[in-house]
Amino acid sequence: MKLIADNISKTFFRDTASSNYFYAVSPLSLELSPGTVTVLMGRSGSGKTTLLNLLSGLLEPTEGKVFLDDTDLYSLNDGELSRLRNEKIGVIPQARSVVDTLTVMENILLPAALYGKPEAAEEVRQWMDTFEIAHLAGAMPRELSGGELRRVAIIRAIVQHPVFLFADEPTGDLDDENTEKVLSALRACAHEQHMAVLIVTHENDAVKYADRLLKMEKGQLSPKTN
Amino acid sequence: MKMLPLSVKNLTRKPGRTAALTLLTAFLALSVFGGSVVVLSLRAGLQSLEARLGADIILVPSEAQSKVSFQNMFLQGTTGAFYMDSSVQEKAMEVPGVEKVAPQTFLASLKADCCSIKIQVIGIDPARDFTVQPWIARSLTGELGDMDVAVGCKVEAEIGEIIRIYEQRCKVVARLEATGTGLDTAVYCNMNTMNTLLAAAEAKGISHKIASGDDSVISAVYVKVKDGVDIDRVNSALTGHLRKVTAVRTRSMITGVSDSLAGISRTVTVMIVVIWVLALIILLLVYLMIVRERAREFAVLRLVGASRSMLSRMALLESALCGLTGGIAGVALAAIGIFSFSALIESSLGLPYLTPAFSTMLALAAGAVLLSAAVSALASAFAARRLSRVNPGTALREGN
Repeated sequence: MKLIADNISKTFFRDTASSNYFYAVSPLSLELSPGTVTVLMGRSGSGKTTLLNLLSGLLEPTEGKVFLDDTDLYSLNDGELSRLRNEKIGVIPQARSVVDTLTVMENILLPAALYGKPEAAEEVRQWMDTFEIAHLAGAMPRELSGGELRRVAIIRAIVQHPVFLFADEPTGDLDDENTEKVLSALRACAHEQHMAVLIVTHENDAVKYADRLLKMEKGQLSPKTN
Repeated sequence: MKMLPLSVKNLTRKPGRTAALTLLTAFLALSVFGGSVVVLSLRAGLQSLEARLGADIILVPSEAQSKVSFQNMFLQGTTGAFYMDSSVQEKAMEVPGVEKVAPQTFLASLKADCCSIKIQVIGIDPARDFTVQPWIARSLTGELGDMDVAVGCKVEAEIGEIIRIYEQRCKVVARLEATGTGLDTAVYCNMNTMNTLLAAAEAKGISHKIASGDDSVISAVYVKVKDGVDIDRVNSALTGHLRKVTAVRTRSMITGVSDSLAGISRTVTVMIVVIWVLALIILLLVYLMIVRERAREFAVLRLVGASRSMLSRMALLESALCGLTGGIAGVALAAIGIFSFSALIESSLGLPYLTPAFSTMLALAAGAVLLSAAVSALASAFAARRLSRVNPGTALREGN
């Protein structure tokens, strides 16, 4: 299974002297295959998160198409695309992304609960042990720190067992030790569970875990060279 | 799709928000159920009064209007008595257009064994009566014999019990259905019993004698006019034909009640409408505020694969659950209030008041609860639509 972005771009409204829109993502093509870790680097505002949203089915491109094998993601209706996102695509957003009225465990099991799928509670506990938040299973999100919340979002995406896992600055709130653990886990997801992992980051720590490095600048994508 | 457990968690783990929404819908249900029951009770009371009066015209001694308001005797159970010659009924039959007449004799008791207050005793002639008899027949299969009494539903005496009126032992043979009027506090007997009671009252110094000295007295004559005959003309003819007797159209008695009822109905309806409009505006504002508060939560749900329709359903389900809970609470509160204070409501309104049948109350309650749930869901529809269309990327970034 492959995810192919075919000449996609995204423009947003911005009234300037020269134009009334700007390219957040300039036309680009990209292919993601399972079993590889792709690290996308770039400065803030370069369009990394927008590209991640385009690829994960959350934001429709202005031009171009995103295919999952032969399926054009954005030709699906909302119900079909949502179900596909639930089954094939996991997203770790940059921002705090938990439901405040659910416990940590309920938040992690939310993707499975939405469609009545069997809950992988045992696997969740193992990951929580790995990320040292097992004692917080029954806690409410307001009781957690930013770093703990980030690890909750990471576990939620991993136990969803997606084919494509998109992580937006996954180590932003973490200390060095946990950064290592998270990046190792994401690499294990790619190499052992055969996921296609795309890590968006501006931190150089991620480079050593990458099978493929990309750079984004002012909406333009290019292979990163040192 | 398992949205219900998620909705229930959202509601129970945000108790403040849930309580506010539930309280608003409880207020809606309380107003619509309580208001409807009061208006229906008044209407049923009026219908019951019309049925119980059952006559087109009532003849009373002219002195009755100055001595005691006989309207109050019927509507509020005021005790009192006035008398006239029993020959009035025969004279009334002479008037063209009169189909039948039925006499009644009133006697206000001192303090009967059954009751802590004075009660009104009404003597009827079972052979001629067409107003009270059909009502008694629903509770008593046989005749109302001598020294037998049928008691209104508010008289504290059971069937088979002996009550003493002016030291006379009277056997309770029937308890009558509620009418919602003052008739519910009265005791009914035949004319023989009434004559015995009148004699006993006389012995206690309570005179029922009239100027003519005739012992055969009655208090009122109920007149039924032949079909197709102008009742007003018969009324005028009776007034002209009978001396010292006032002919009163029953409709004119009821008109005052009916007018009051219409006024109260209007007031209650306006109050319900005002409450609903205000509560709806507040509900809409609350749900709009919730859109902002919950944008992040819905963005997370979108992120993990919830579709727009699932999110809409979840938001509507939550508001419907609030509405349902509020509706049940509101109806329960209204029912407790209405049943606990029905006597107070009745006396303060001063109108016939007959609580609707249990099945009607049940239907009203179900209607009020469903209406509250539907209105609550409807008020949240706009918010639900906006929330379901939230863009996860934007919402999470804005809420960061």
